[in-house]
Amino acid sequence: MAHFTKPAEGSWTQHYPELGTAPVDYSDSIDPAFLDVEREAIFKKTWLNIGRVERLPKTGSYFTKELPSAGLGMSVIIVKTKDGSVKAFHNICRHRGNKLVWNDFPHEETSGTCRQFTCKYHAWRYSLDGELSFIQQEDEFFDVDKSQFGLKPVRCEVWEGFIFINFDDDAQPLAEYLGPLAKGIEGYPFGEMTEVYSYKAEVGSNWKLFIDAFVEFYHAPVLHQKQYTAEEAAKIVQYGFEALHYDLQSPHGMQSVWGGQSPPADLNMVKPMDRVLRSGLFGPWERPDIEGLEHLPPGVNPTRAPQWGIDSFLFFPNFMLLIWAPGWYLTYHYWPTGVDRHIFECSMYFVPPRNARERLAQELAAVTFKEYALQDGNTLEATQTMIGTRVVRDFLLCDQEILIRHLHKVTGDYVNKYRANGDERLRDERASAAKEAHNGSTR
Amino acid sequence: MALPAEFADLEPYLEWDLATEPERYAKRLSSTMAEMQAFYDAAFPRMEEVIAYCDKFSLDDLPEDARTLMHIMQSLVMVSFPIEAWKQARVPDSGAAWVELIKEPVI
Repeated sequence: MAHFTKPAEGSWTQHYPELGTAPVDYSDSIDPAFLDVEREAIFKKTWLNIGRVERLPKTGSYFTKELPSAGLGMSVIIVKTKDGSVKAFHNICRHRGNKLVWNDFPHEETSGTCRQFTCKYHAWRYSLDGELSFIQQEDEFFDVDKSQFGLKPVRCEVWEGFIFINFDDDAQPLAEYLGPLAKGIEGYPFGEMTEVYSYKAEVGSNWKLFIDAFVEFYHAPVLHQKQYTAEEAAKIVQYGFEALHYDLQSPHGMQSVWGGQSPPADLNMVKPMDRVLRSGLFGPWERPDIEGLEHLPPGVNPTRAPQWGIDSFLFFPNFMLLIWAPGWYLTYHYWPTGVDRHIFECSMYFVPPRNARERLAQELAAVTFKEYALQDGNTLEATQTMIGTRVVRDFLLCDQEILIRHLHKVTGDYVNKYRANGDERLRDERASAAKEAHNGSTR
Repeated sequence: MALPAEFADLEPYLEWDLATEPERYAKRLSSTMAEMQAFYDAAFPRMEEVIAYCDKFSLDDLPEDARTLMHIMQSLVMVSFPIEAWKQARVPDSGAAWVELIKEPVI
């Protein structure tokens, strides 16, 4: 029996008829050729979130981001310029192609503050705005117009303090791409939540399979039941999981979920440590005392449910944003490095603690996150291996897994569109080649 | 680092005075359940008093003994899952999965 009202069509999935209800094929997660197209069609074409503006506190603050998902070796420098704007450049020197910004190991990300970027190789210098400002022994060169040899820019826009880049110069503006789901949560006090814990993992699964794991909570009562007493676990499994609300605004989607454990209805449900620190999987139970949490933007807890606990957004392709009722948020990113490998990143953002009690409550939330991420990560490797056998090709998805169905459909749409355009491009090329050949033979 | 006199009973556990998560996690994995149980049994009942003691100072400006106490409490949080939930040092069903902390506020 449904605990929460579903749309008139009878299910969330049928509310979006383009999704269908048929079993789903995950060949998109085991086929290396599919990943090659995903790189071109998705990771080189859509807006990718690569962090927060707090990482760039002052003029000259910069960090680098490795983006193998968009192509082997892709690397970007993100910098705060003199006028306060954030800019992004390809991390390559215009002289002979050395990677411009790196420390001991060229493939490792780095960050810092500088007045200008200086290449390690021959000391060519670039301003924070990317202009080539200095060439070592310039008179040895041949009439170089330095204004033509600045760093290669990458499109970069900021939404609510989240920095996005896009490798496609023709892409629509960021706010337009993010659409109404993002519009609805503008004004949430993200900028007040600057106490950050970040985790990183290399996971042996396709990037979409890990998103699948985190856009459904249907698994939570089962996979994570070992933290409860046997009696509590049985109760939770029997109750199962249902979201309050789903909203798909393609290519993005969100779900709004009831509160669970912040604070738990019954204190016996949680560990003694959780009871002392009043914190746990759902974060600290007490809401911090800051502006902006009393009256939430309309897109946060969109149904205004009193039992609301989390809103979980997936901004396509790989950026998840979870806003938790007790006043904190977390982000997930999934960066494919192979068809069966990806880099998973998670950051938890809290309002800075005012005392030891608040600090330890946040510590417990961060520690708890890692315990569960380890279970989730391991399950995913098992899934990847078995899907890879192709023994089974059609997999069932329930109504609470609608965001999985949506993600694989949207991904397929991007890939198919790119392939179709590619076929067209190929046809055009063949046609003009044939014409050339014909002209050649008649000449 | 010596602890304040009223917390002298925690001095046998000073090896848990670890400032960063990677150190605390490594210590958890290299400890026996009996060692973690002894630490938990001694420190968990004192947690409220430790918090009350540390809350007399600003978090940004803790005296050395309070910092040590906070590190011990952070380690206590770290062992709470093995002791209270998993009954083992490692996360169950986590196999070869590895998650690395790359950024944290350090006290």
